[in-house]
Parts: sequence; C-alpha cells; structure tokens
Amino acid sequence: MTVEVKTEQPNIAAKSFISKKESRLKDFLSILIQNKAALVGAIIILIYIFMAMFAPLLAPYSPYEIDLENKLTPPSSEHWMGTDDKGRDILSRILYGSRLSMGVGFAAVLFGAFFGIIFGLVAGYYGKWVDTIIMRMMDVMLAFPGILLALAIIAALGPSLINVTIAVGAFSVPLFARIVRGSTLEVKRLEYIDAIRSLGANDLIIIAKHIFPNILSPIIVQGTLRLATAILSAAGLSFLGLGAQPPSPEWGTMLSSGRDFLFSAPYIALFPGLAISILVLGFNIFGDGLRDAFDPRMKK
Amino acid sequence: MNKKNKLILEVKGLKTHFTTKRGVSKAVDGIDFTLHKGETLGIVGESGCGKSMTSLSILRLIPSPPGKIAGGSVLFKGKDLVTMTEDEMRKIRGNEISMIFQEPMTSLNPVIPVGEQIAEALRLHQKMGKKAAWEKSVEMLKLVGIPSPEKRAKQEPFQLSGGMRQRVMIAMALACTPEVLIADEPTTALDVTIQAQILELIKELQTKIGMGVIMITHDLGVVAETCDKVAVMYAGNIVEHASTEQLFANPKHPYTQGLLNSLPKIHEDQDELITIDGSVPSPYNMPAGCRFASRCPYREDICITHQPNLINQSDGVKVRCWKYTDEWTGNRDKEGVI
Amino acid sequence: MLMFILRRVFQTIPVIIGVTFVVFFIMQLVPGDPAVLLAGEGASKETIEAIREQLGLNQPLYIQYFEYLTNVFRGDLGVSLKNSQPVLDEILVRLPITIELAFFSIIITIVLGMAAGIISAVKPYSLTDVSVMLVALLGISLPSFWFGLMLMYFFSVKLQVLPVAGWDSLLHVILPAVTLGAGGAAIVARMTRSSILEVIRQDYIRTARAKGLRERIIIYKHALRNALIPVITVVGLQFGALLGGTVLVESIFAINGLGRMIVDAIRMRDLPMVQGGVLFASLIFVTVNLFVDVFYRFFNKRIELN
Repeated sequence: MTVEVKTEQPNIAAKSFISKKESRLKDFLSILIQNKAALVGAIIILIYIFMAMFAPLLAPYSPYEIDLENKLTPPSSEHWMGTDDKGRDILSRILYGSRLSMGVGFAAVLFGAFFGIIFGLVAGYYGKWVDTIIMRMMDVMLAFPGILLALAIIAALGPSLINVTIAVGAFSVPLFARIVRGSTLEVKRLEYIDAIRSLGANDLIIIAKHIFPNILSPIIVQGTLRLATAILSAAGLSFLGLGAQPPSPEWGTMLSSGRDFLFSAPYIALFPGLAISILVLGFNIFGDGLRDAFDPRMKK
Repeated sequence: MNKKNKLILEVKGLKTHFTTKRGVSKAVDGIDFTLHKGETLGIVGESGCGKSMTSLSILRLIPSPPGKIAGGSVLFKGKDLVTMTEDEMRKIRGNEISMIFQEPMTSLNPVIPVGEQIAEALRLHQKMGKKAAWEKSVEMLKLVGIPSPEKRAKQEPFQLSGGMRQRVMIAMALACTPEVLIADEPTTALDVTIQAQILELIKELQTKIGMGVIMITHDLGVVAETCDKVAVMYAGNIVEHASTEQLFANPKHPYTQGLLNSLPKIHEDQDELITIDGSVPSPYNMPAGCRFASRCPYREDICITHQPNLINQSDGVKVRCWKYTDEWTGNRDKEGVI
Repeated sequence: MLMFILRRVFQTIPVIIGVTFVVFFIMQLVPGDPAVLLAGEGASKETIEAIREQLGLNQPLYIQYFEYLTNVFRGDLGVSLKNSQPVLDEILVRLPITIELAFFSIIITIVLGMAAGIISAVKPYSLTDVSVMLVALLGISLPSFWFGLMLMYFFSVKLQVLPVAGWDSLLHVILPAVTLGAGGAAIVARMTRSSILEVIRQDYIRTARAKGLRERIIIYKHALRNALIPVITVVGLQFGALLGGTVLVESIFAINGLGRMIVDAIRMRDLPMVQGGVLFASLIFVTVNLFVDVFYRFFNKRIELN
C-alpha cells in the first residue's frame, strides 16, 4: 500500500471550504489510482450501482411474471441463471433485487451514521457528563450480540423491509458514535479550534464547519465497511422471513425460498447468494483500501 | 595499545543501502576498520550517520527488505560474514559476535523470564542441557552484578529496572564468551550514575574474557572513558580514524573539531553550547564533493566538486579531508574568511 | 489485579441494567394494546381488563419497568403467550444446544483463524500469504446463511457424507459449526497476521535474531505469545457476532437452540419469549466480555508495564 497520506493541516484563513472539498476529491481519486485493491472494490460497487439503476433495461424478463410452464429450469441460454419454482427469471429478479438489497444497506447506514455522528460529535465536543451519558448508552447498545438488537426491534415493530432498515441502522449507531467521538477528541485538541473559539464562533459553527470536515475520513472508512455488514444483516433478516416478504426479489428472500429446492434446483439459492457475496466483497476490499490509505498507522 | 594482539575483525569497504520509494539511501557508504583481541574501537557520530547500521550490518541484522549489504566484506577471523550462508551466520550471532542494544526497555521479550532469555542462547550454541544452561545464566546474572540472581532469573523484564535490564542484556551477550562485543549506545537510555557502572562493567568483563569491543556512541565522554581508538563517522563515511589520545589532543577533521568544540567544558565559563551550523546532507542525495563541505568553515572549491579519500597521515591518523593534501591551496585561510 | 476485576464487575452492572431497560422499552414500541395482544383474538372486554390488572399494565411505565427488573433478577422472565410455559424453562432447555454449537464454532474460529494468520505472517507477501488473506477476505464477505446452504448442498446432497440437518450426533455439529465459525476465523486470521507483523518489528525480536535463534523459534517462541494477546480481544468480540449468528445457522440446519427459538417467537408474536431470549443472550455476551477483558488484562499487564 503505497499511498502518501496528506494530513490536512488545519488552517483558519487560507483555505476556503470549497477548495478543501476539491482537494479532498482529488485525494480520493489518487487513493483509487494508487491503491489497486480499493480500485477493484470501487469497480465492483459501481457495476452493482449500474445494475440497480438500469435494471429495467438490463433485465430480460419481468421479475414478477409467473410462468408455470417454465418453472425450475436450470441455467440456459434463455434463462442465464435459470428460473425459480414459479417460473420467474432469476437473473431479472437479481437485477431488480439489487435495488432493494443495496437500498436497504445504504438507507440503514445513512440512518445509523446520522445519529451516530450526532451522538459522537456531541459527546466528544462537550465531554464531561454529556459524554459519559451518551457513551454509556452506546455501550449498552453494543452489549447486544450481533443482530439480536435488530431482532428485538423487528419483534416489536413487525417484519417489513423498512423495519429491517431501522433495526440494522440502529445497530450501526454506537459504532459510528465511538469513532466520531474519538476523532472529535483529537481534532478538538488542535490549537486552531481554541483560536476560532476565542474569535467568538459558536459551538454549532465550530462543530459543523471545523470539526466535522476534519473527521470525515474515518467516517467514510467506517461507512464503507458498515455497508458490507448492513447488507449482510439485512439480507439475513429477510432470509429469516423478517424483512422483505415473497414475492419480493430481495436477495435474502430469494435465497430463503430457494432453500426448499436445494436438492432439485440448487441454482435458485446459488445466484442470490453469489450476488450478495460479491457486492459485500467489493465493499470490504474498498473499505480496507480506504483505511490503508487514510490511516498512516496501518501503512505497511 | 593492543596492536600486537591478534586481528579478529576486519571491515573492508562495507556498504549498506536502503531502497525505498524515495530512492536509494546509502546509510553506510564504504567504511573500513579493524578490531584486535582485547581492543575497544569507538564509532562516534551524530544520529543517522550510519553507525548503528554499521553494527547491524556486521551481524547481518539489517531489516531486509528494504536494507541490503551492497558491497564490501566483513572478515571475522579470516572468514567473510557477508557471503556466509544464513545457517553459518546464525552460529556466529550471539556466540562469537554478540550485540547489546540501545533500548534495554524494549530489547527484552516482555513475556519470557530473563533467565530463560539468557539460557536459550547457551542451549543453542554451547549445546548445554536445560539445567546447566539455567545455572550458567544465573551465574551470568551474578557476574553482571544483579543481586539475588536466582530470584531475578525467574522474573520477567517488567519486574526489573532499566539499569538491571541492560545488565541482563550484557549477561545475555556475554553468556557464550564471544570474541567480539558490539555495544550500540549501551548507556544512552540510562541514568548518568548507572551509565558509569555499565561502562565499568563492560570494561571489566572485557579484560576477563579478552574480547574485542566495538562501542557505538554519540557521546565523546564514553569514548574517552572506554576506547583505545576511534572512528568518527559522518553521513555514511568514516571521516577520521585515530587513537583516542590523538583524537582528543589533536583532532584533524573539521567535523571532529566541531564535535569536540561542542562538548561543554566544565572548567571554562561558557554561556552557550557551541554547535555545528548547517545540517547533514540527505542520504538519498549525497553531494558530489565532501559530505561535510556545506557545514565546513574551511571549505574550498575542490571540497564541493571532489570527495576526499581517507588518507594516512604521518602520525598514523587517517583523515578524510582535502586540508591535509597537496591539493589544498589554503587561500581562504590567508584571506581570513573563516 | 483483584481491584481491576472488581472494578470491571461493577462497570458491568449498569450495562446489564441498561440492557434490561432497552429490552423492556423496545417492547413498548409494539403498536396496539399489549393486553389485547396477550389476551388473544376475540377475548372479552373483561378478560382484557383482568389481564391488564394482573400484569400491572395500568401502572405508570417506570413502575412497570421496576417490576420487570425485579422479576428478571428473581429469574422470572414471564410466560410464553403460545403455551403459557415459563420463558426461563424453555430457554434452559434450548440453551445447552446453542452453547454446544457456539463452543465448537469458537474453537473453529480460534484454531483455524490463528493457524491461517500464522501461516500468512511467516512469509509475508508470499503466494501463500496472499492466497490465505484472499480466502479470509472471502470469509468475511460470504453471508453465513448462504455459505451454510452451499455446504449443505455439497456435503449432504452431493457427497452425502454429512447429515442435512438436526442435532443428534457429533456429525451433525460439523456443518453448522463450520458455517458459524468461518466468518470469525477469517477476522481472527487477518488480526493474527497483522499482529504478528507488528510484533516482528519490535526490538526484542531483533535481540532474538542477534542471539542466533532460528526464524521458526523466533516466530513461535518470541513473537507469537506477544502477538496473540490483542487477538484475544478480537475473539471476545467475535463471540458476540457468533451468538447473533446462531439465529441464522440454527434456522438453516433446523437446530432447536436459543436462536431458532427467538426467530420462531418473533414469527408467532410471542413477545415475552423474544424478550427473554434476547436478554439471556445479551447477558451471556456481557459475561463473556467480562472474562475476556480480565483475561486480556492478565496477559497484557507485563507488556503495559514495559
């Protein structure tokens, strides 16, 4: 991993916000160019996004149309991934399903990041008892093993894709909060924050304009890696029948119905699983690459 | 001094280079010296001058990659260490040539009892049994002046003070009675009073065992106290090589003179420490001429264009400086530019 | 050390209370009147009122919570809405199965993970290292519920060497344990590798080399012990993911453990059962973390003092 890390020198007057943004985009692109793994991950993710956007154009069949004459046909030139027990084209369903599975992942991470960042910023910036209360709350949320917190939330709200989003998002809140708090503490210690404060800036401006932009890197890294987990968890919950319901082409749901035909038509379960695995792999590679690039301590 | 004694180590044109993204760093760039039985050679210089890399190169402990011995030879009792196989080299490390490191706090394994850390070398090189090796390691701890060695041997490093840990390092290095001991800044990390004790200890054990010692240090005080002869290193080269008396009485190289001048003098009133102006050239981008030229008060044109060689003087001192050659015009001196 | 353990135990108490709090209040999110839900469909007004009275549902929330908390500490987790059996009894029947599954899985996580990490670290950037790390990357990316199905297809359907599902013999344990342990093993492998590579750079490794030790002894005797200490923490965290994972794996392989119990309870809207199961699993996780912390502290003490 050979990336020169530019540590952004906090500079009050010289840099305008916009030029900062531009340089960050440039940094980001140079990371991609220099870190081949991150590039591979980015390409995988882009392909999936492309699939989701153009699903109606790419899909050879309707994802819902039942065709009992052609049910359970193995992969062929007509149906590249075969058909399921109702004769629906699996490829088309996977293409449409990418919107659901990725959508849930993105929405859950955005939800988790939003609250996590607010909690983390407030805890890190104000410190003292505010910090103690918020972080103890986060500790409690982390005391639930794996997806069990999500399960409890779904148990209360009822099974649906939206509730899965909320549940998986809630699970990400403490993880974002911890990272944001740590970075906020580091940035807060910088002298220039004191300088700005002495110039009379209020807390909201300091947090939003001076602290938040400086802690974006760890948030982006965490967000990418969380996306991988969120997509996995959401698909897992749908697999258990607690999220999207049939006939939805959500990948976890498809997998779940495929399991009844594992003996006769294993391809029904194979392809949705592959779709999830490759996407999650993409996010993991991309996130690893970003972390190597952003975090000089991890550099080899 | 001990010149009549047997020659044990001869370093000839040793070069150690590091290849990194920024280019090739010539950390050690062709150095020569010899070491005889019972003799102590000091290698002095600022940090980064290549003295530690020299010592690591002798034992082939350079982190590789990126480091590599790029040329020269290290003759130990006539055999070249540079071209030896790794297996042969292992038999020499810790057995015939030992090393003490700068950082006693981190150089011992934190989870292994110190006695075992000494004993494992004995079992390996002296083929001692478990019990014999342990007894010998307790004996070594006693030898280096650690009180209640039986108890201490069973302890882990965190239970020992810094001075004691360095004593353990010495015990470990000397357990197999090596012929050469390389001490890389053995006292830098320690308190002044303990420094003196440790140096005294090394000297005492040297007389007992009769080994040759290479003392790597940036501290001229340590050199004065312990060394028979001194090599002064600057930017990967030896710039002056002399007996300790000669070096202190009549330093020849402008860099050596600067080093000696920068020593605080106890008997004189001094308002501030004298330092040498300027900075060391980057190891990635060495100048064509003398490496000290940019900081040298006597600099002439030739110093900038051509690198001087290490040349023998009539009094046996070797110095790498145009000032002591026929090429020297001395014009600058006369003009009083200094 | 004793002080540390005591302090750590005291720190755990508010977390446990917090967990009960969250579990209690999440159930308050349930839309509709819990008394109606408990009474079941078509119950008379009187029955509903009686249930409300009996369960104290007409009390203020904080009193309800306090009652819930005292009940939990007495070991009373309520009764199942499905068969009116005490929740705790059902949990205690299911728990040993899940513990057995978790035990074998964590063994796979540790043994496989550490072995792979060591193999990688011995020759960093070699073909072996790159391949092992690639497999590890796959390991953290594969969904366990898919991986489990594929294992089942391959070993039970195609090769017919292992049973498809159930929990009768040691043979039944293999596939679920591998499914559940694989992800953790991948994470432990990555961590072990980077930890060893970090330790290899330490001064005391140079000392060991200067002593003339063989590279193999340097790794196994001098590097590994120090490198594995931070890995302990990762294993502890993985245990949480693993407990959560039992939910999926038990469902795939039709194992009647705690995880499957929770999922079934959610499907049947048997809320006390869900509440009890989640609470119980969390308490196990908190306790395991407590042990891991003490364990870590015990091993790390020497390094910290260094």
